[in-house]
Amino acid sequence: MRNSTSTLSMTTPEDLSEALQLLADTDKKWIPFAGGTDLMVQLESNLLDGADFLNIWGLFELQGIEESDCEVVLGALTTYSEIRSSEVIKSEFPLLYQAAGLTGAKAIQNRGTIGGNIVNASPAADTPPALLCYDAELLLSSSEGQRWVDYQDFHTGYKTHALAPGELITHIKLRRGQEKKFNFYHKVGTRNAQAISKVLFCLMVQVNNSRIEKFRLALGSMAATPILMDSLRDAFEEQEFGSDLIEKGLSILNEELSPIDDIRSTGAYRKKVTLNLFKYYMEKIYVGLGQ
Amino acid sequence: MSHKEEFTLKINGETKVFLAHPMERLLDTIRSDENLTGTKEGCGEGECGACSVLVNGKLVNSCLIPISQVASSEIETIEGVANSESLAPIQKSFLENGGAQCGFCTPGMVLAAISLLRDNPAPNLEEVKTALSGNLCRCTGYKKIFESTLICSQMEDQQ
Ligand SMILES: Cc1cc2nc3c(=O)[nH]c(=O)nc-3n(C[C@H](O)[C@H](O)[C@H](O)COP(=O)(O)OP(=O)(O)OC[C@H]3O[C@@H](n4cnc5c(N)ncnc54)[C@H](O)[C@@H]3O)c2cc1C
Ligand code: FES
Ligand code: FES
Repeated sequence: MRNSTSTLSMTTPEDLSEALQLLADTDKKWIPFAGGTDLMVQLESNLLDGADFLNIWGLFELQGIEESDCEVVLGALTTYSEIRSSEVIKSEFPLLYQAAGLTGAKAIQNRGTIGGNIVNASPAADTPPALLCYDAELLLSSSEGQRWVDYQDFHTGYKTHALAPGELITHIKLRRGQEKKFNFYHKVGTRNAQAISKVLFCLMVQVNNSRIEKFRLALGSMAATPILMDSLRDAFEEQEFGSDLIEKGLSILNEELSPIDDIRSTGAYRKKVTLNLFKYYMEKIYVGLGQ
Repeated sequence: MSHKEEFTLKINGETKVFLAHPMERLLDTIRSDENLTGTKEGCGEGECGACSVLVNGKLVNSCLIPISQVASSEIETIEGVANSESLAPIQKSFLENGGAQCGFCTPGMVLAAISLLRDNPAPNLEEVKTALSGNLCRCTGYKKIFESTLICSQMEDQQ
């Protein structure tokens, strides 16, 4: 039996507005508590001593997936299991659908939330690269008001982010489009279930008559935060898809990537795998375009 | 110290009131307060599945859930699976097909299997493997566990 839990408090607000009112009291050491699959594991670390947990799990305003003509909006409390049972995510945002299926096992998928995955801010987390590829936007709310932030600007460094004190992520917005896209999600880890990635590779390319309209490569476990390769986007968009581009991409990646060694893998391995995956999937697209 | 609060939970169909610290793990409520020791603690970190229970029908790791988050919920533990007369079909199948050896992982495995069969009464081997991938077993090598689950799914009255 864990003794530490008797020293910790948890407050359960009735609704979002009460939650935001409570969070506005910055004398308290509030920590929002969603599915708890990260926080419960971190309880042993003294970082959480004296925390006042705010139980947001039941807040109905933060639940569910809503579709409209131009966008899909996920409540921050959407679980992996809910993502897996959403038809629109499966058909239009396959990278997110696949990421959710590769996150933990069923019991974790029933409890872990997308908002928690984002704010926990692990560079190895599975959904962030997918969200980066789809230009996701986050709605942040506090008792003062709301603001939209591009997800790309959310992570500011290792485990640091753009949330101000008193703010919650309430929603995640994805824009819909009817264009044909190529989506590839590849998780490299020691086993399929419950494994933390060594490399996450997430590629989304939209091509119109062999001209690249959108190009997103996002990577996990390659830097202090999940990263979107802006340089590739800038070099590739509006260009004709050709084998010379693949070579150019490889040299940009070779120059810009400098992943670190850690307990799960070495930097050299991570880089090699990323370059190989890039070549493999770009050639696949090239062939798919019939050139 | 936090204050103890009252929480009402339905465990295996019976309504129970607990006076507990709000961050007490559901696992401790079940094992220590309620003395239902079929639910096991392996890792305490969500990795092994020994503590699996169903909350409102969903498979969860009870070591990762504070009691505050399950107030007014329905909890099913391994003790609620058999009725007073006989074992559930999935339990019989584990017994008959060598799905349990030391038995430590078995309560969690059985609940994970029940959760799968409720959603998907006719799973294939891959689906069984995926559904049980959060449950670790140090004895059986898994093959017999997968077989026990598949054989149960082929029986007429599987639940
Ligand atoms: C066994 C196991 C396996 C796992 N496997 C994977 C995996 O394969 N891939 C992966 O990416 N992750 C994995 N995880 C990590 C974890 O499950 C995910 O990061 C999950 O999405 C966290 O969500 P949560 O709701 O449980 O977060 P919590 O633990 O409740 O919170 C995490 C952090 O986010 C903050 N927070 C949560 N919601 C909000 C919000 N709406 N606004 C502001 N702050 C918020 C909390 O304050 C906390 O800092 C695993 C965890 C375990 C225990
Ligand atoms: S004890 Fe809960 S998952 Fe291991
Ligand atoms: S039977 Fe011993 S751990 Fe599974």
